[in-house]
Amino acid sequence: MPEQEAAAQHGAPAREVGDFLRRRRERIARRWADAGLFRTVFGVSRSAHDDAAVETGRAVVDALASVAAEGRVADPDADGFAAVRDQLARTAAARSRAGLTAGQVSLEVDALRAPADELLVADLSGRPDTFVRECATALAVLMGTLRLVVTETELRARQEIVERQRPELMEASTPVVRLWRGVVAVPLVGTLDGARSQVVTEALLDAVVQQRARFAIIDITGVPTVDSLVAQHLLRTAEAARLLGAECVISGIRPAIAQTIVRLGVDLGSVTTRATLSDALGHALRRLGADVVAPGGTESP
Amino acid sequence: METAGGASACLPIRSDLDLVWVRQHARQAAAQLGFGLVAQTKLVTAISELARNTLVHGGGGQVECTPVSRAGVRGLRLTFRDEGPGIADLDRALRDGHTRGGGLGMGLSGARRLVHEFEIDSCPGTGTTVTVTSWVTGPPRPREEP
Ligand SMILES: Nc1ncnc2c1ncn2[C@@H]1O[C@H](COP(=O)(O)OP(=O)(O)OP(=O)(O)O)[C@@H](O)[C@H]1O
Ligand SMILES: [Mg+2]
Repeated sequence: MPEQEAAAQHGAPAREVGDFLRRRRERIARRWADAGLFRTVFGVSRSAHDDAAVETGRAVVDALASVAAEGRVADPDADGFAAVRDQLARTAAARSRAGLTAGQVSLEVDALRAPADELLVADLSGRPDTFVRECATALAVLMGTLRLVVTETELRARQEIVERQRPELMEASTPVVRLWRGVVAVPLVGTLDGARSQVVTEALLDAVVQQRARFAIIDITGVPTVDSLVAQHLLRTAEAARLLGAECVISGIRPAIAQTIVRLGVDLGSVTTRATLSDALGHALRRLGADVVAPGGTESP
Repeated sequence: METAGGASACLPIRSDLDLVWVRQHARQAAAQLGFGLVAQTKLVTAISELARNTLVHGGGGQVECTPVSRAGVRGLRLTFRDEGPGIADLDRALRDGHTRGGGLGMGLSGARRLVHEFEIDSCPGTGTTVTVTSWVTGPPRPREEP
């Protein structure tokens, strides 16, 4: 049991550190408010910033005090940390928004140790040297654990953001729009690996059916790479649209991509292509117009 | 033979998301070396094909991406490695339109056309290694090394 070992190792000093943190709560919190970790976190005004930073500092000191009192200085799962996890997550998130890597944030947490250590040593002056050293060690271990907790919290938060964005990206990037009666279009943005290509196809084909579209335009201006899988996907979508009675037009093939497709050897010849989305719309409108005008023309007296 | 200017990177190829990273990394590395837009696009497209083969046919693996230079010309070299089933008939796999799955079968042959140098080493049962190199200003003439 690592926790129990830690408790045994740091027993009395850990409790001393806990008492010290309680006693010096205010001073520690104020020293920490100036530390890098809390720099960009709060508010616009200097005083609002200070208040909020000191407030967070107090909460962290309280948490550390209770972890130390439990004798669990080396245990990142100690109950005491639970109370400040959210605050730590917000603080770390603010730092990463300010451009810091997880590693840099971790170093900022580490920088909280020195001011606390100074206060501790000053506070214990007159006590036996060995005891002071043991207390300093217990504090160092405790601060290391805090560092671990922040890193864990932050990594988990980043992971959650990625997970949350995945389906959102999928849907947000496939808005099928009706450009004209009988003309639907989908601008593709980003990559078309795996699940996304399926979502795009389905959304476009649904729109073809629902709007009884005669033309389905896929604009690939925002697609950075057209490899054989993407090309195959485009060909299949075109084929499916054709079965539903719509002509598929691919627009936005940039010159570099056109040259690459040709060299790759993929034949998009069976699909109508146009340089831009408006060219594609123009193509569709001319065809639709021709169908409307031609009969009208012959029937006019 | 060649000296590298810049750091090489080793990236895993284990998921669709990894393919995105590999492409992004390669595009950035190529841009930094001075590849033009068309050259970048060709190289990244080849890389996309090879990385997907590593994932789909090779069962996953990794790619090493290294800046190189020869006779004063800078380039980017990528080595794709997997320990999958390997390719029994290389000539056939390299032919246009040959596919084991439902693909177009243009991956290997197309990738070979999109890069300046292409080497493939594969044994059934021990996996596949594909190495490609492209040069910023076209392939340097051999025997010009200082
Ligand atoms: N890393 C690999 N490991 C094992 N087999 C491979 C590997 N790479 C390619 N192959 C074999 O070579 C064949 C041709 O590959 P290629 O990339 O040209 O076509 P594909 O992947 O089947 O289809 P496409 O890439 O056009 O979607 C594959 O079907 C596969 O059998
Ligand atoms: Mg392939």
